[in-house]
Amino acid sequence: MMLLETTKLTRAYGGVVAVSQVDFQVREGLITGLIGPNGAGKTTLFNNMTGLDTPTSGKVYFKGADITNRSAHKICRMGIARTFQNIRLFKELSVLENVMVGLHFKTGKSSTTGRVMAAFLSYLKVVDEYELMNESAIKWLEFFQLESLKDELAKNLPYGHQRELEIARALATDPTILFLDEPAAGMNPSETDSLMKTIRRIRDLGITVVLIEHDMKLVMNICDTITVLNYGQNIAQGTPAEIRHNPKVVEAYLGKEET
Amino acid sequence: MFNFILLILIYTAIFALMAIGQNLITGYVGLLSLTQAGFFAIGSYVTAILSVTYGWNFWLTVPMAALISSFFGLLIGLPTLRLKGDYLAIATLGFGEIVRNILNNWDSLTNGPMGIQRIPMISLFGIQISPYKKWGFLVLVWIFVLVAYFLFDRLAKSRLGRALEAIREDEIAASSMGINVTRYKVWAFILGAAVAGVAGSLQAEFILSVTPGAFTFMVSIMVLCMVVLGGMGNFKAVILGAFIIQFISYFPQLVGLSNVIPPQFKQILFGLILVVMMIWRPQGILGREKRSAPRRLFRSGGDV
Repeated sequence: MMLLETTKLTRAYGGVVAVSQVDFQVREGLITGLIGPNGAGKTTLFNNMTGLDTPTSGKVYFKGADITNRSAHKICRMGIARTFQNIRLFKELSVLENVMVGLHFKTGKSSTTGRVMAAFLSYLKVVDEYELMNESAIKWLEFFQLESLKDELAKNLPYGHQRELEIARALATDPTILFLDEPAAGMNPSETDSLMKTIRRIRDLGITVVLIEHDMKLVMNICDTITVLNYGQNIAQGTPAEIRHNPKVVEAYLGKEET
Repeated sequence: MFNFILLILIYTAIFALMAIGQNLITGYVGLLSLTQAGFFAIGSYVTAILSVTYGWNFWLTVPMAALISSFFGLLIGLPTLRLKGDYLAIATLGFGEIVRNILNNWDSLTNGPMGIQRIPMISLFGIQISPYKKWGFLVLVWIFVLVAYFLFDRLAKSRLGRALEAIREDEIAASSMGINVTRYKVWAFILGAAVAGVAGSLQAEFILSVTPGAFTFMVSIMVLCMVVLGGMGNFKAVILGAFIIQFISYFPQLVGLSNVIPPQFKQILFGLILVVMMIWRPQGILGREKRSAPRRLFRSGGDV
C-alpha cells in the first residue's frame, strides 16, 4: 500500500484545468520528486494533498484513509507537513517561536476550551509546558544549526536560513510525510549542496519526503523516484535514470525536434 | 476638579476593559473588528433589564452580561470571521448599528429611546458602592480591570497567544501547522465580547441608567484608538491608551473651557492622533510586548 496516493485527481479553476486526472503515488521512506515546466500544476497538486485546496474530482488517500475534503489543520495533525514556494514564516515572531507554533497541537490540552482555561489558570499551574516545548523546539533548531539565532525575528534571517527555518517548523509537527515546495529556489550552489544533505538527513529520520524542484542536479541526485507533470497531466514516473531518457519528458522541457 | 479626575479614571477603567478585548482581537489575531460598542450595549442592557425588571443582584448580572455578549460574539463571529481586513470592519460595524437600532425600537424590552432608569446600585457585603461617592466605585472598576488584565495577558503569553499571533502573521501557514484558524478566531471574538459585556455592566451601574444613544459607533472607534495609541499586542499599553483618550475627551471640561471648545473637538483630535501615530509611531506608544518564558507564582515541585 502506498503511504499517500491520489486517484484521478482533477482541479479546475473555471475553464482552466490545472491538474487533470493525476494518479500520484508516494512510497514510504523514499524521496519522491515532482517536476515539470512552470504552470504544470505541481503546486496545485501539493495544495490539494495538504488541504489548502479541494479537488474538483478525484480522491486523496493517506495511509488508506480518504482525506480528500479535510481541512489543512486536520491533515497536518494526521502527519502531513509542508513548506511553501514563497516562504511563509511568521515574520514578527522569533525563530524559536516559529518552531513552537509547529509544536502547538502536539502539547497541552486537546480542546480549545481546555487551552483557554489552562492559559487563564496558568498562574497556578504546575506542569512546565513551556520548558517542554522549548526543549523540543531547540532540538529542531539544532538539527539546522539555527539555535544561536533563536531569539532573532524570523524576518531578519538571511534567505537560506529562512528556508531552513520553514523546514524546521514543519518538522516540529512530527510528520510522516514532509512536502517541500521548491526548497532550493533562490539558493546558491553551496546552499543547495547543504540542502541536499539536510534532505537526506530528514529521510534518515524515517520521514518520507516529497519535493517540487526545478534544480535538476538536486532532483536527479537525491530523489529515489520522480513524477513528471506537464499541462496538469502525469506524463511519466520512474527512477532518475528512466526519467532522464524518457522522450516525453525531454519533449516537455525542450520541445519536439522538427522532422 | 478632583472629582472630575476620579470620573476620568472610572471611564478609563470601563473603556480599558473594552480595549483589552479589542487588543486580543486586533493586536493578536490581527482582525480589524468594530464591534465593541455593540457588546458594550448588550452588557449594559443585560444588567439594566435583569436588575430593574427582574430584580437580580448586580453580581449575578455580570456573568450573564459576559455570557450573553459572548453568545452574540459567537453568533456574529461565525459568519463574519471569514471576511478579511476592511470587509470585516464593515460587517462588524453593521453589527454595532443593528444592536443600537434594536435597542432603540424594541420598546417592550428596552423601553426604546427612553432607555431604562433607576438601576439599583451595587452592594457588596451590605455596603453600597454608590457612583456618587466615586472612590468606592473607582476601586471596584479597577479591580475588574486588573482581573481582566491578568487573565488576558496570561492568555496572550501562553501557547494559545502564540497560535493567535501565528494566525495574524500568516493564516495559511498557521493552518498548515495544525492550528484550527476559524475556531481560534471565534474564541478571540468571544472573549473580546465577554469583557466588553462586563464593561457594559459597569457602565450601567455607573450611570444608573441606560439609553441607546450612549452606544454609538464612536465608542468602537474610541476603543480602537486606545489600542492603536497605546500599542497593539500590549495589554499595559492599551490601558494607558484608554487613559490618554479619556483624558483628551474630558480635557475641555477639566480645564473649564467646555464653553469655548466644542465637543466635536475630541473627534478631530482622535483623527489627528491616528494619522500622526500611523506616520511616526505605527507600533503605538509602548509597542508590542515580547513574549518570554512565562513567570509563575508558584514553581512546580520538580515533576518535570
